[in-house]
Amino acid sequence: MPLVHAVNVTKSFHHNEVLKGIDLDVDAGQVVCLLGPSGSGKTTFLRCINQLETIDGGRIWVDDELMGYADRDGKLYRLKNKEIAAQRREIGMVFQRFNLFPHMTALENIVEAPTQVKRESKKTARERAMKLLDRVGLADRCNAYPAQLSGGQQQRVAIARALAMQPKLMLFDEPTSALDPELVGEVLAVMRELALDGMTMIVVTHEMSFAREVADTVVFMDGGVVVEAGPPKDVIGNPQHSRTRAFLSRLRSEHEHP
Amino acid sequence: MSTDATETRPTDASPDRPGAINAVPVRHPGRWIAIAVIVILAAMLLHLLLSNKAFDWRFVFQAMNQQPVINGFIKGTLLVTVLSMIIGVGGGVVLAVMRLSDNPILAGVSWVFTWFFRSIPRYILLFTMGTLGILFQQGIAFGVPFDWKIIDWLGLSGDWRFYTLDANQIFTGIVAGVIGLGLSEAAYMAEIARAGIMSVDPGQAEAAEALGMSSGKVMRRVVLPQAMRVIVPPTGNETIAMLKDTSLLLAVPVIGELFYQLQSIGSTYYKTFPIAVAATLYYLAATSVLMVGQYFLERHFGRGFGTKAPRAARPAGAGGA
Repeated sequence: MPLVHAVNVTKSFHHNEVLKGIDLDVDAGQVVCLLGPSGSGKTTFLRCINQLETIDGGRIWVDDELMGYADRDGKLYRLKNKEIAAQRREIGMVFQRFNLFPHMTALENIVEAPTQVKRESKKTARERAMKLLDRVGLADRCNAYPAQLSGGQQQRVAIARALAMQPKLMLFDEPTSALDPELVGEVLAVMRELALDGMTMIVVTHEMSFAREVADTVVFMDGGVVVEAGPPKDVIGNPQHSRTRAFLSRLRSEHEHP
Repeated sequence: MSTDATETRPTDASPDRPGAINAVPVRHPGRWIAIAVIVILAAMLLHLLLSNKAFDWRFVFQAMNQQPVINGFIKGTLLVTVLSMIIGVGGGVVLAVMRLSDNPILAGVSWVFTWFFRSIPRYILLFTMGTLGILFQQGIAFGVPFDWKIIDWLGLSGDWRFYTLDANQIFTGIVAGVIGLGLSEAAYMAEIARAGIMSVDPGQAEAAEALGMSSGKVMRRVVLPQAMRVIVPPTGNETIAMLKDTSLLLAVPVIGELFYQLQSIGSTYYKTFPIAVAATLYYLAATSVLMVGQYFLERHFGRGFGTKAPRAARPAGAGGA
């Protein structure tokens, strides 16, 4: 069984069906990029994986565990909040707007969940946090508050914060969309390294070059369905579907004539 | 670009390149008139304070130094303020969390509580608290609810009460005052805390949830510390208002209270005005201390916000940068 196994996932907001039966399998160590126009449901799908949104239909398994429900003899029982929180511990998430805790320093942000949720000792949590900060190139900024960091630095701290829980899976929700163009590269570099280290990643992004170079699989979504999926050289290099082609050419023309 | 800047510095003036600005500032004659008026008024006030016999400063300070007055200030004013604010802030945060919960019963209870206690004037509430003992003439007992009915049905005798308090001792004096002021304050604090919680970006709770925090932890570790930034300034106001509202304790009645004690001295010696001055001085001093406390609280909960780097935030060994 793949690490992430999603079957026929549906989700509506007030009678507006945002996901219309999404299937997705992600093997351990794979990097999957979700592409698609805004409103295609890719962010919603990402949030469904770690139960920030509850799904209306279908099933999502992460590491053989059914997300959000217990299946007893074919009958589904909604999990308690505590059990859902436990499932989320295995899944790291990085947000478009960073969402660092502004009242804590970079180091405190990273130490918070391991000490509060996993009850790790302050010492071990701090040591690992410093290693992670070093890995994202911000060891010298460990005592800075988020407001004192640039957007790119904040997002790198946010990645370190998610990694501190030692997740099996990392979800990235447009991690570079809120950044100034010159700061995008430093965040993508950290993500690239993470992929090389074998982290399983699902990335919602508009960064075509990142998808082309790093992704094992590219999934193109539109209108709440998966239009096309496959290796980047096929989906980006030689798209079969007209909607994929239209989206890619629109993206390309934006890049050439900003 | 940098070579250009060294050849002609921006301060080097020439006919076609204006240099540093050395303009005549706007004159403010109005300000000088205002200063003169204020200085004269201040001198008149000072003269009034020092020369007017009605102030009777010796009597003022003697009255302030009486043991019952000092006790009234410490117990009736300071202690009651602290205790009622503890009930008020704690209760208010609980009420705000209830009001914002998905559970309609909790939200409804919180709404009704706030509605009820905001509707009653504090003076009348305190008067009522002093008379509540009449409702519980058998005392307030802890045990099985409706035990006499159940015992009756089962055909048994006796009671299932473990501990009984005398209601007339609870609803009297300072205890009644603290309960009344605390409940009333909780209703106001509930709205302040609710505004504070709602001011926190929902992305904060989401990020905390995504890290696997329980909802209680999300509230305690992430949302409330940030809400405090919005909650503290109006709470400072509330505390100062509470300090002054302790003078309403007279309605319970509580006689171990600052102003009551001062008044009794005043009526003994037929000096009412110096008594008002003495009370004013006490309240001025206490409010000043509270304002200093509020400053430090605001600084603590404002950390990480604004542009000023807090002392702890300087990175180690970044001397040259």
